[in-house]
Amino acid sequence: MDSLWFTYYLPLIWALLIGTAIVLYVLLDGFDLGMGILFPHTKDEGERDQMMNSVAPFWDGNETWLILGGGGLWVAFPKAYAVIMPGVYLPIIFMLLSLVFRGVAFEFRFVSKPDHRKWDVAFAAGSTLAAFFQGVVLGAVVYQLPVENGAFAGGPLAWLHPFSIMCGIGMVAGYALLGCGWLMMRTEGPLARKAQGWALPLLGVLLAFIAAVSIWTPLVIPRIADRWFSLPQFYYLLAVPVLTALVAFSAYRGIRANRGAQTFFSTVGLFLLCFLGLAVSVFPYLVPASVTIWEAAAAPESQLFVLLGTIPLLPIILIYTGFIYWTFRGRLKPGEGYH
Amino acid sequence: MELDPILLSRLQFAFTVSFHIIFPSFTIGLAAWITTLEGIWLATGNDRFHLIARFWTKVFAVSFAMGVVSGIVMSYEFGTNWSRYSEVVGNVVAPLIGYEVLTAFFLEATFLGLMLFGWNKVPPWLHFLACLAVAVGTTLSAFWILSANSWMQMPAGHEVRNGIAFPVDWLKIIFNPTFPTRLGHMVVAAYITTAFVVFAVGARWLLQDKVVEEARIMIRMGLGLLIVLVPLQGFLGDASGLNTLEHQPVKVAAMEAHWGGPDDTKGPIPWVVFAWPNEAQERNDFQIAIPYVGSLILTHTLDGTIKGLKEFPPQDRPPVAIPFFTFRIMIAMWGIMMLTILTGAVLWLRGRLFQRGLFLRIASYLWPLGFIAVLAGWYTTEVGRQPWVATGLLRTEDAMSPVTGHAVLTSLLLFILVYGIVFTAGGYYISRLLKIGPVPEGDGSDDATALRPLSAAQDAGRKAIQAGE
Repeated sequence: MDSLWFTYYLPLIWALLIGTAIVLYVLLDGFDLGMGILFPHTKDEGERDQMMNSVAPFWDGNETWLILGGGGLWVAFPKAYAVIMPGVYLPIIFMLLSLVFRGVAFEFRFVSKPDHRKWDVAFAAGSTLAAFFQGVVLGAVVYQLPVENGAFAGGPLAWLHPFSIMCGIGMVAGYALLGCGWLMMRTEGPLARKAQGWALPLLGVLLAFIAAVSIWTPLVIPRIADRWFSLPQFYYLLAVPVLTALVAFSAYRGIRANRGAQTFFSTVGLFLLCFLGLAVSVFPYLVPASVTIWEAAAAPESQLFVLLGTIPLLPIILIYTGFIYWTFRGRLKPGEGYH
Repeated sequence: MELDPILLSRLQFAFTVSFHIIFPSFTIGLAAWITTLEGIWLATGNDRFHLIARFWTKVFAVSFAMGVVSGIVMSYEFGTNWSRYSEVVGNVVAPLIGYEVLTAFFLEATFLGLMLFGWNKVPPWLHFLACLAVAVGTTLSAFWILSANSWMQMPAGHEVRNGIAFPVDWLKIIFNPTFPTRLGHMVVAAYITTAFVVFAVGARWLLQDKVVEEARIMIRMGLGLLIVLVPLQGFLGDASGLNTLEHQPVKVAAMEAHWGGPDDTKGPIPWVVFAWPNEAQERNDFQIAIPYVGSLILTHTLDGTIKGLKEFPPQDRPPVAIPFFTFRIMIAMWGIMMLTILTGAVLWLRGRLFQRGLFLRIASYLWPLGFIAVLAGWYTTEVGRQPWVATGLLRTEDAMSPVTGHAVLTSLLLFILVYGIVFTAGGYYISRLLKIGPVPEGDGSDDATALRPLSAAQDAGRKAIQAGE
């Protein structure tokens, strides 16, 4: 177990896998959290039902990617898991409690009709806060947590700073935009038109956020400035902002032309490019500036044991997930459900 | 004031895991029961089974949602509150959790969508397969989490280097010494829990003259399963106890409040029915005990003995009172269950099972038995594992994250508040569903709103309101 393969490439493969799980989580749960964020913007009962019905068969499976992201981090990089989780203790707890509220709201809202106002609030607030605190956690980790001797060494509020708050807001805007793309793509009637109207300002907020992060992080963190602006990699990495601009334009066109799929998948592209940019900025660290992918890695035999199961299981999961999406395909008309 | 983050984290973990285990205990059996009902419906074409299956799917949806949201919390708490634990045993325990996610969580969560919303979207055989996938998922989940928990009870198949556990033999890790009996004990406990709910609800509907034929099916199926499983659980529990005696003797000493000591190393030992364990003076106050029965239960002989608490250094002993009392509560629940099934079996043989008498009236209140027994059993085994989080490897006090008492107090209070609201509401909605019962198809209400799992409860709620409740 001492060969280069086990000590060098295996952790890299796992970093890629966890990156994939987190990206899949954001894309899949992103739009259904987006549903909750957009929820307060329509007062129409039928439209709210339509929003919820459009994601009801999927949300539980979507949220499982969050467990895979967190669980996978523990499996493959226990040291990173052990530093990050205490470091972002409160925002993680807030996120989990928000997910509790919005998760049960799917079921409770319909039971309590016509007296369901409180579960409307729980769904909207829970979804919005869960998205916000996911952004905060990401921001706090990127901005660097205080670490000494391989353990988190900060206070309970070490995660709280303008950068993490900004990331929280960016995440809310991004998920809401994904939600708009979903509604434009998967629903019919006035709701789809409304979603188109919400999308444009959200795209503006998201792009402003991406620009702010791109300027802020290299200014504050010299390591990130070096990574992006030193030659010759500057030329290769230039592709990331150029592609981002192109995809942003595609999202803009999608919204203006009311093309739901184009809007949705362009937003997905924006998220992917953000993650790519993030990976470029923090590589090779999992806990930026303190714990690298290789330092955090679990025993090679542990990584290998789960990898051998993941290779057949992950495609199977993707296939049956695809099957469920295919079964519940098509646009949802007002007042219609999967029946 | 100095807040102790370890005590608070322990309280928080106990609180969140206690709430969580309630739901899997119920949904493992419920998924299997719904699959069985649908299988019978497909095989016989008897629509009553379809009606019962659809009704319980709605109860399942609410319970499962609460299980999911409280379960996600668990998967992050290992890191937020127990980061040293995550690091020290991560190489060994985390892969088991990883396989739980990959083989179980995705399966159940994904096919849940089809189970709840696919009734009219896919052919019945495919819907049956979706239910089966969910049932298999819940059981696989029990397999992996019990494996991980059992490994913490009695680690095996690993070696320790620089204070960190490394895997040596995965088969020995997964099938660690206490795992098979504990898995059997828990899965049967889950089936018993569900069967008692089904049985009690059936009794209630029968007494209320509501969907009488369906109620009879539920009573027959519930009680029939219980007549097999409750005695079986006696054997499995006994095997689990003997297994614990072999691998964690100090836990059994605490469960039995058996102090022993240098002057008390010979059998026979009595079985303590009641006592107030006095840890300071290492003895029991107010003890009521039956001679010989302790030996009989623990060694299956009349004069055998076990190691007493005094034979272990005080720093290696668990707290005594909690495992002692919770173990007795669990045994008491089993006693009530045995009494119930014996009475039920006699009445059934005499053809008087469905008489609206005292038996069904009492039975209709017995739904919590399984839940109480499961919780009591888990308290026994988890508190009995103390002071270790992984026996012999890592003490609970050394497993803690570097977080402050104030942060943990904040989260604990929030958990109490949120769980208090959410699970009270969920319990209320489930009880409302059960109160109304299944609505036969064709009266329109089910079809109009069957999109949502709780739509029946919604209708039920409306009707209840209209009925002037």
